[in-house]
Amino acid sequence: MNKEVPAMNDKENTKLKNQHEQLGLSDGQVIDMYRYMLLARKFDERNLLLQRAGKINFHVSGVGQETAQVAAAFALDREKDYFLPYYRDYGFVLAVGMTPRELMLSAFAKAEDPNSGGRQMPGHFGSKRLRIVTGSSPVTTQVPHAVGFALAAKMKKQDFVSFVTFGEGSSNQGDFHEGCNFAGVHKLPVIIMCENNQYAISVPIHKQISGKISDRALGYGFPGIQVDGNDALEVYRVVKEARERAIRGEGPTLIEAMMYRLSPHSTSDNDLAYRTQEEVDENWKKDGVARMKSYLISLGIWDEAKDADLVVQLNMEIKEATDYADHAPFPKPEDTLLHVYASAEEEKSWQ
Amino acid sequence: MAVMEYIDAIRLAMKEEMERDENVFILGEDVGVKGGVFTTTKGLIDQFGEERVMDTPLAESAIAGVAIGAAMYGMKPIAEMQYSDFMLPATNQIISEAAKIRYRSNNDWNCPIVVRAPIGGGIFGGLYHSQCPESIFFGTPGLKIVAPYSAYDAKGLLKAAIRDPDPVLFFENKKCYKLIKEDVPLDDYIVPLGVANVLREGDDITVIGYSMPLHFCMQAAEELEKEMGITAHVLDLRTLQPLDRDAILASVRKTGKVLIVHEDNKTGGIGAEVSAIISEECLYDLDAPIMRLCSPDVPAMPISPPMEKFYMLTKDKVKEAMIHLANY
Repeated sequence: MNKEVPAMNDKENTKLKNQHEQLGLSDGQVIDMYRYMLLARKFDERNLLLQRAGKINFHVSGVGQETAQVAAAFALDREKDYFLPYYRDYGFVLAVGMTPRELMLSAFAKAEDPNSGGRQMPGHFGSKRLRIVTGSSPVTTQVPHAVGFALAAKMKKQDFVSFVTFGEGSSNQGDFHEGCNFAGVHKLPVIIMCENNQYAISVPIHKQISGKISDRALGYGFPGIQVDGNDALEVYRVVKEARERAIRGEGPTLIEAMMYRLSPHSTSDNDLAYRTQEEVDENWKKDGVARMKSYLISLGIWDEAKDADLVVQLNMEIKEATDYADHAPFPKPEDTLLHVYASAEEEKSWQ
Repeated sequence: MAVMEYIDAIRLAMKEEMERDENVFILGEDVGVKGGVFTTTKGLIDQFGEERVMDTPLAESAIAGVAIGAAMYGMKPIAEMQYSDFMLPATNQIISEAAKIRYRSNNDWNCPIVVRAPIGGGIFGGLYHSQCPESIFFGTPGLKIVAPYSAYDAKGLLKAAIRDPDPVLFFENKKCYKLIKEDVPLDDYIVPLGVANVLREGDDITVIGYSMPLHFCMQAAEELEKEMGITAHVLDLRTLQPLDRDAILASVRKTGKVLIVHEDNKTGGIGAEVSAIISEECLYDLDAPIMRLCSPDVPAMPISPPMEKFYMLTKDKVKEAMIHLANY
């Protein structure tokens, strides 16, 4: 048993068990959620090492944010919905079907990278097959895109939603506000989730926002919900409810998931120049991945031996992905010139 | 065939494409019940309903951004910017997003939007209802840019733009809306993107331009032929990006003397690139320096009548430049 989890009486134990059952999640599904959280964590840690070892150029971390990312993915329809993640969403894209190998191909900027063919920085996800919509680096441009997908759902009478994420700093961009307003006016099936990790690179939340991000929804005429982003089941619940509302035609929901960016902004950032080790350590105690593990163990559906096995398995999967990507060919230099416009054949087929 | 105004041809193109493909829809400010501030979308809401002729909130980045999202899903949005002057809040969506979606996704996603925006002055629009912003977007690979001069081309190019799998900026000239009136076929035709058009054959000088100033070029050319026996070869670029290099070079080689005319200001305008192409490819075919007649390098067009007149190109200004070139 994890010593941090206090002994519980029977009543509390029952209450704990009901936490996922009453949400319609099986034991297997919550274990699966935990598996993706841990996979994202291990994947992230490996990328930091690979960058420090000079094997890859750059990494933007999502450590501390995996819990909400994975929980949200589980609450969506992973066969139908459209996803517009931002650059920290490793947990999210893994949970909707991107493989560690595919992500490593992106980290190594190799030709086979399905996100961009080695063109974009890692963390710029995209896969039509998985309905992960290609993204860019200027932040929050994806919010109006998500609204556009939701508009298409409404116009074509399709029962999918679009789901978009971004950081709290990004919520100051005009595109966030313009997108929210458009979605509110037309009551579109879009879920807008802010991953509030407390920092926009070095600028803390109190220098970014004087109010509450979730309150901004009020001005756009739809619900805004703040949720503990380290609580997987709570995030699952609010995203699932938001999806049900969207499908019923009741419009968008803004979700503000509270979390903490446990790692520096990127491999080019020294975070201790603007925050203290004590603050970071304090937040490690709230880590949602460890919390999920404790929850599973307290229910008796998980244990340390299984956990150790899982870590070995995930590390092997990541190692295989790393080796594959490391040895995969780079794009041909002259392929730089491809795909500016449609090919002549594609153009003809559209006319 | 029917005689119609340039603005009617644009409206007809949208109507035909919306009838042809239910994924085509229009979004923008005042495009619905009002039918657009210039009446470009007038009546379309009655035929297609408010969902396909959608009045949006007043926020240009959202108009472009929502259109981009819908286009990536598979819709064919026509996003209207009320004036091209107001398009700049959407510039990030157009340049960072629409233009790069195919490239950055390695051909996985594409973005078939059309952004329509009225350009040009001469309507007492002052600084912010008169601009020609094409040079802001020109030189962004991934975008196609169209700027028709005739009603026939306006219809055919817009239909081609709507059927194009990549983002197209369609700069329609607001002075042309009512000024240009001509026969336009009522049947389905397109004018292909990327192909320039010889408006007038001539042997003495070549004039290359696009959009409304060609109206002055054609008038001046007729007068010059009658009055002085100078024949001008006039090329309408029609598509600004990608430029029809072959047509540019052929038209220059025909006379060896070239004048480039546009209403966008001179520095960094389309004419600069056309001039560079000519210098690179056929310098030794030239019998005179390349000349440009453009608007002055001031931030934008003032509203006061004498100032607007000073800023705008006119038939007389074009004619004077053509004579200067012919006499060189």
